[in-house]
Amino acid sequence: MGKLFAENRSVPVFLMILAAITLAITVMSEGYGTGAISTSLVKTLGMTLCLCLIALAMDLVWGYCGILSLGHFAFFALGGYMIGMWLMYARTADTIAAAQAAQPIPPTAVELNDAIAVQIFGVVGGDSFPWMWAFSDSLFLQLALVVLAPGLLAFVFGWLAFRSRVTGVYLSILTQAMTLALSLYLFQNDTGLRGNNGLSGLQNLPGVEAPQALTSVWFLWASALALGLGYLLCAWVVSGKFGKVVRGIRDDEPRVRFLGYPVEGFKLFIFVLSAVIAGIAGALYYPQAGIINPDELAPIASIYLAVWVAIGGRGRLYGAVIGAAVVSLASTWFTGGRAPDIPLGGYTIQWVDWWTVLLGLGFVLVTLYAPKGLGGLIDLMSRRKDA
Amino acid sequence: MSTLLEVSGVSVTFDGYRAINNLSFAIGEPEMRAIIGPNGAGKTTFMDIVTGKTRPDEGQVIWGEKNESLLRKSEAQIVQAGIGRKFQRPTVFEEQTVYDNLQVALRKDRGPLAVLLDRPTKADRDRIEELAGEIGLSDHLDTIAGTISHGQKQWLEIGMLLAQEPRLLLVDEPAAGMTKEERDHTTDLLKEAAKTRAVVVVEHDMEFVRRLDCKVTVLHEGSVLAEGTLDHVTADQRVIDVYLGR
Repeated sequence: MGKLFAENRSVPVFLMILAAITLAITVMSEGYGTGAISTSLVKTLGMTLCLCLIALAMDLVWGYCGILSLGHFAFFALGGYMIGMWLMYARTADTIAAAQAAQPIPPTAVELNDAIAVQIFGVVGGDSFPWMWAFSDSLFLQLALVVLAPGLLAFVFGWLAFRSRVTGVYLSILTQAMTLALSLYLFQNDTGLRGNNGLSGLQNLPGVEAPQALTSVWFLWASALALGLGYLLCAWVVSGKFGKVVRGIRDDEPRVRFLGYPVEGFKLFIFVLSAVIAGIAGALYYPQAGIINPDELAPIASIYLAVWVAIGGRGRLYGAVIGAAVVSLASTWFTGGRAPDIPLGGYTIQWVDWWTVLLGLGFVLVTLYAPKGLGGLIDLMSRRKDA
Repeated sequence: MSTLLEVSGVSVTFDGYRAINNLSFAIGEPEMRAIIGPNGAGKTTFMDIVTGKTRPDEGQVIWGEKNESLLRKSEAQIVQAGIGRKFQRPTVFEEQTVYDNLQVALRKDRGPLAVLLDRPTKADRDRIEELAGEIGLSDHLDTIAGTISHGQKQWLEIGMLLAQEPRLLLVDEPAAGMTKEERDHTTDLLKEAAKTRAVVVVEHDMEFVRRLDCKVTVLHEGSVLAEGTLDHVTADQRVIDVYLGR
C-alpha cells in the first residue's frame, strides 16, 4: 500500500481531497451541521460522487485498455435495479404488514405476499412476483446481485466480443446496441421490472425512521467511501506489470499477442471489473435519486460518460473523476433553472436548451486544444512545481 | 543438430492469389538462416503461418521434440511454445519506458491473474539490466521508448525477443533504415543469439546477409527456389533471373 502511494502520488492527494470535501459537506448539511447545504444539494453531491465512480470505471476500460465502451450505463442501471428491487419489496412489505396488523384475523403468508405483489405490480397490471424477484426479500442476495448481474452481463458480452476480435468502433457500436436492447427490454411492462414506471420511492430506507436530512448524508458517506476504495483498487490494478500489459494492449494489441499474452483474457478481466464498479456506483446512485426507469439506460447516457472522461483526460484516473464532477455538476446547474438566461434583444438564450450546445463546444475545444483534458492541465502544473 | 521446426507442403490462397505454394522448410537448433526473395515471394506470409496469424489451406507445421502441430495453437500459445517474432517496422510500446518494455517481455507466467499479482524480483531486474547491456541501452532504461532512435528501437525489440527466451527467432528485415554501425551491432546481436537457438532472418540487403554468413533460402512465388550458401544461390541462374538480375 505504501508503495502504491509512493509510485502514484495522485492516490494520497485524491483520498485527502475526497475526505476533505466529504467532511465539508457534512458540517454544512442540514442533518449534521449548519444547514448551509440543503438536503437536495447533499443528494446531488452524493450522486455526483457515484458518477465519478463510474467515470473511474470508464477510464479503466477506455483510458487504460483502449476499449471505448458506450454501454456502461447498462451496468450502472443494473446495479441500481438490483438494490431497487430490495428497497421496493422491503418497504412495501413493511407498509402492507402495518396496514393488515389492525385486522382481526392476521393474514397468511401467501395473502401477505399477494398483497405486496399487487401493490408493486398493479401499475403494470400484474398481481404476482415475476421470477427475477425471487431474491428480492433478501438484502444480502440483492447486494450480491449488484455485483453479479453487471459482472455476468459484461462477462458474456465481453467473452463473445473479444474472442471474435471485435475492436474499435465496431465494439463501441455493439456496446450501444447492448444498452439500447436492455433499455427496450426493460420498457416492456411484462419484463418484470415495472416497465417505464421503473422502481420508485427508493430514497425511503425500509426499517429506518431517520429523516432524509440524515440518510442523505449517510449515502454521501457511502458514496465517498466507494469512490475512495474504487480509486485505490483502480490505481493498484493499473500499477505494476498488469498496467503495463494493459496499456500495451491499448497502444499495440497485436504486439502484446505476439509477446505471448492471452489478450482476450486481459480485456475480459478489465471489462468485467469495470462493469462491477459501474454496478456498485449505480446501486449507490439510485437510492439517492429515488427513482430508476429504463430511460437511464438510453444510449445517450453512456455517450455522455465518454464525453466526461474525455474532457477530464483519459488514462490518469483523477482526470475521469474531475471530468465527471465538473461536467455533471455544470449540467445540473445549467439545466436546473438556476443559470440566468441571457436576453439578446429578439432572442433569449435559455440554458436548458443551450447547455448541450455549450457542452458540445467544450468537448470540441478540449479535443482540439487540450487533448489530455483537464487532468492534463494538472499534470502541467505539478510538473512545473517539480522543476 | 536436431530439427526444431519443419514446414511441409504448405499452401495459402488469398482471394485466388496463391501466396504460398507447396512450401517446405526446416531449421535445426542452433542454426542461423537467411530468407531472401523478391517482393511478393511469400516471406512475410511464411512468418504469418509459423506464428499462427494466418492458417494455411493445406500442409503441416511441426514443432519441437514432441512433433507438435502448431496449426491448432493460438498466437499466444505459439509464442509460449518458444517462437518469437520481430516485425519489419519496429514495434515497441512507445509510451512506456525501455525498462517497462523489457519487463513486459520477460519470460514469466502470462495469465491475467499471475500478471496482476506479479511483483518484480531482483532476478527480473538483473535480467532486464543484463539484456539492456546486450542491446546497448543500459543508459536508456528510464527513457520513454517512443523517443529513442530508430536503430535503438530495433534493438529494443530484439531485446524484447531475447527476454522471451524463445527457441526460434523470426526476424523481419532487422537492418532496414539503419546506419552502417547500427547494422554491425545488429549482426553481432543476431549471431550471438544464433549460438544457442534457431534464428530466421528475412532480409533484402545482400551485404547484410553476407555478413550473417549462414545458409540461405531463396523464396520465389511462394515456394523454395534454391537453398545453400550465399555464393551457391547467387550463382544459381534461376535466382539471378527472378531476383538478382533485376
